[in-house]
Amino acid sequence: MKITKVVDAKGMACPMPIVKTKKEMKQLESGDILEVQATDKGALKDFEAWAKSTGHELLQTKEADGVLTFHIKKGE
Amino acid sequence: MSVTAMNPKELARKVIQKEPLFILDVRNEDAFRDWKVEGENIQYLNVPYFDLLDGVEEIVDQLPKQQPILVVCAKEGSSILVGEMLSEEGFNTSYLAGGMKAWSEHLEPIKVADLREGGELYQFVRLGKGCLSYMVLSGNEAAIIDATRMTDAYMMFAKQMGVSISHVFDTHLHADHISGGRMIAEETGATYWLPPKDAEEVTFNYEPIEDNAHLQVGASRIDIQSLDTPGHTIGSMSFIVDEAYLLTGDILFIDSIGRPDLAGKAEDWVGDLRHSLYETYQSLSPEHVVMPAHFMIVEELNDDGSVAEKLGVLMERNHGLNVDDEREFRSMVTDHLPPQPNAYREIRETNMGNKTPSLEEQREMEMGPNRCAVR
Repeated sequence: MKITKVVDAKGMACPMPIVKTKKEMKQLESGDILEVQATDKGALKDFEAWAKSTGHELLQTKEADGVLTFHIKKGE
Repeated sequence: MSVTAMNPKELARKVIQKEPLFILDVRNEDAFRDWKVEGENIQYLNVPYFDLLDGVEEIVDQLPKQQPILVVCAKEGSSILVGEMLSEEGFNTSYLAGGMKAWSEHLEPIKVADLREGGELYQFVRLGKGCLSYMVLSGNEAAIIDATRMTDAYMMFAKQMGVSISHVFDTHLHADHISGGRMIAEETGATYWLPPKDAEEVTFNYEPIEDNAHLQVGASRIDIQSLDTPGHTIGSMSFIVDEAYLLTGDILFIDSIGRPDLAGKAEDWVGDLRHSLYETYQSLSPEHVVMPAHFMIVEELNDDGSVAEKLGVLMERNHGLNVDDEREFRSMVTDHLPPQPNAYREIRETNMGNKTPSLEEQREMEMGPNRCAVR
């Protein structure tokens, strides 16, 4: 998997992880993959719901040492 | 106009007084569906905050122009963001300070009875989660029953009332919320009482509650009598305070009854549950006032926000006390159970002392509604 860009949202509280991700997403081409790192537990469900609502594809979610890592493929 | 904070206490008063309120809940749809601020005169709109980051134009038509709007999210960050946008559009907007997290932790103490010789009984209503706990005041002493993990609330209240906490009870090993009983006992030197059959695996010291024992609390010698009422758990106890107030734990609620399956033993315990409800409680005076450890829906709240009803009234109106056929009863409490509470296994382990989660983990474990009852 080729990651185009990494967003570091560790330590940020809701809504900042999504605000930041949304902003970065705008700079990408469709099909590009964004990696987001967050520590806010609420991000888990919110990223799932956000991806669904915006048409991006949440490829993968990992959790290790309290850090959530999302891989999101930009939609059309 | 700028967005103002509404703290959980103000919201609690509005819910209790049944004030009309419009809530814009900006959490994701699953979270909203699972659990929200409940109130009899609350209207809701749920639009996730991430759909509103570019502006609120799309929802302004669905919002009331005159009525105040409360924006709610999980912690508060998103509700401030959305609240500010709505304020700029001219809406009368506030946000819930601390979000659902703070709402879930708010306890509202309500006096429910005057006891003999100046004693008092308070019910601590945890509106956000439906948990009820109790404090008996007698002279300069207090006893607490089914304390939540917000231990400061009880200790500050005791301080305000000028009493020291001498006894702490849990009616059973809780599966839907983390008990504060042990911590209060450790910090105040109070005796921590647990039903021994629920406490076989606990890792700390406690005093076992025996069936039909009497304990006198404080100078007014308020009597607390224990009553063996298994069924929700194998050890579940009820308490009769001052010969009049029946604390039923998770066995009998106002509009529902306890579920027997949270320790994985529905089939084994259904007979116990039936015996407790149909024999033990039936043998008590119908004048006893039932005060449970939970409510399920806000309609169960009395006008002052308390949750209490005479046993005789429940004997007539509570469906769970009126299933004559034993097989039908068995099927009701084992076949059609609601989903189990969030993280109930981990909560039980925590209450046994086998797990010591951080505060943040404890909050996560308790997220969502309590689901200890069968209707």
